[in-house]
Amino acid sequence: MSEYLIEFNNISKFFGKVIALKDVTMKVKKGEIMCLLGDNGAGKSTLIKTLSGVHRPDEGEIIVEGNKTIFDSPKDALDMGIATVYQDLALVPLMSVTRNFFMGREPQKGIPFFKTFDIEKANKVAAERMGQIGIDVRDPSQAVGTMSGGERQCLAISRAIYFGAKVLILDEPTSALGVHQASVVLKYIVKAAADGLAVILITHNVHHAYPVGNSFTVLNRGKSLGTYEKKDLSREKLLGMMAGGEELDKLEIELKEMNRINN
Amino acid sequence: MSDKSKSIANKNNINQDERLKKVSPLRVLLNRPELGALGGSILVFIFFGIVAGDTGMFSAYGTLNFLDVSANLGIIAIAAAMLMIGGEFDLSIGSMIGFAGICIAIPAIYWGWPLWMSIIFAFSMAVLVGYFNGILVVRTGLPSFIVTLAMLFILRGLTLAITRLITGRTQVPGLRVLIEDDPIAWIFATDTFKGLFNWLGSMNLIALRTDGTPLATGIPPSVLWFVGLTILATYILMKTRYGNWIFAAGGDKNGATNVGVPVGRVKISLFIGTAVASTIFATIQVLDAGSADTMRGTLKELEAIAAAVVGGCLLTGGYGSAIGAAFGALIFGTVSMGIFYTDVDTDWFKVFLGAMMLIAVIFNNYIRRKVTESK
Repeated sequence: MSEYLIEFNNISKFFGKVIALKDVTMKVKKGEIMCLLGDNGAGKSTLIKTLSGVHRPDEGEIIVEGNKTIFDSPKDALDMGIATVYQDLALVPLMSVTRNFFMGREPQKGIPFFKTFDIEKANKVAAERMGQIGIDVRDPSQAVGTMSGGERQCLAISRAIYFGAKVLILDEPTSALGVHQASVVLKYIVKAAADGLAVILITHNVHHAYPVGNSFTVLNRGKSLGTYEKKDLSREKLLGMMAGGEELDKLEIELKEMNRINN
Repeated sequence: MSDKSKSIANKNNINQDERLKKVSPLRVLLNRPELGALGGSILVFIFFGIVAGDTGMFSAYGTLNFLDVSANLGIIAIAAAMLMIGGEFDLSIGSMIGFAGICIAIPAIYWGWPLWMSIIFAFSMAVLVGYFNGILVVRTGLPSFIVTLAMLFILRGLTLAITRLITGRTQVPGLRVLIEDDPIAWIFATDTFKGLFNWLGSMNLIALRTDGTPLATGIPPSVLWFVGLTILATYILMKTRYGNWIFAAGGDKNGATNVGVPVGRVKISLFIGTAVASTIFATIQVLDAGSADTMRGTLKELEAIAAAVVGGCLLTGGYGSAIGAAFGALIFGTVSMGIFYTDVDTDWFKVFLGAMMLIAVIFNNYIRRKVTESK
């Protein structure tokens, strides 16, 4: 078996004439956090959707645990343990923590045709799981709407892990959060990786990505600028790549030029 | 607190005892969707207890009277509430009642079918209409308000056109003689606990007719259906996987789909539910009156939705309860009958109805904000 849990080799995706992704390659090991960075329009969304089975790549191959695979649907990806937590989190604010945690996959008990939703067990598991990540759910029947953004994010991640995720794809988990909330979520992500998951963390925030990532892939205009191990990459260099360092350099020169003319 | 949850709390160094104290029982109650309707019912009973306590409204006969009216409305209000929790409306309930009525009466009177077969036919048609409503809404993605509004006109028109074509009239009488000895009709047409009422009559505890039989002869079938359906709907919503799917489908369609809830199937089944509930309503009324009328059920869809809203259902879906809708129906039934026992002109009933609904919506909106607001 390959040392990588999931590999994407030379993935390309075209929409008509538009080249959304070209030759993107990335690999994630068990227990590793790979951060996928890129500015708006870099192709992050297309890549996530390709990873999670929404789109099929036009070129390239996806290899899961050493086996070449094609995802026909998001369910296919999910069945192989590749879970995606989207920005909208798929949580219903008016429903309770427990009912959200088990939404679509409710545990049942009783005889066939008269099965009931085993709410006691569900409450217990939900409280336990949330407790493990340090979120004190006073009452698992309280509405998710009463939770903070960070807690909701943790709930969505915790749910994906509970239902057997091996690879966790997180779409901008910290973008809507304050500093403290974001650090709570990041801590949880590190813990999840330490427990043996492969995590792909999509973000445009270098300050969130750098402390937690083991490796970094930067996307720019549909192409990968390469994958770097943390030891080979300083925060400054990463920031430069992210912001499109060249463009900023060019801007600086142009501004100097303008100043010179004006003076 | 159980030992298990204590151990969880200790493991995480969280003092749960302290946190739990902050949640007062009042707050827990406030978070229940039924609260408004329950409080409303109590107020209504206190009001009529004071105003009409000595008029016979709360005699056995009077009580059964307003219970019967509430129960009939309740049968459709519960189904409407479940559909609303699932995020959709059904405006064709009233027309479905009229349609189901003639689906029973025309085959039984004009085609010589046995009554039980006509009743099964009517229910089959209800499943078809509900399925059609559901599949249209799910497949087209159009608002159910529009789709079922169209169905409101189509079904009422069909009812009138078919009845006039076959019978030349708008009413189909003559069903009463068919009820006796029918293997199914009794389910919708039998007063129960007759013995109890006879005994109460013989003990002179309830009012008697001049011939010595009690004025109130038994619990009407609508009341038992109403109670049974309230229990069934509450069980489904609170205790089954399907119930969780209903809340999820109404709360966030996309989110629910993403985690594997079959949203389309859930919604279609709820539309079938409202059509079947309309047919139960129609069967009880048609057998009670002994005749079907093409205009039966007119505007009932709005009363059903109003009862569901008073009962705590949000118009946007994802929140509400069957018990709430049952209390909503009880309020409407009690007021609509109770008003006859007071000096108030019955013309004022609709004013009350509208005001009640307005207060309920404002109250529910406030509750929803409370429930969803972040810490």
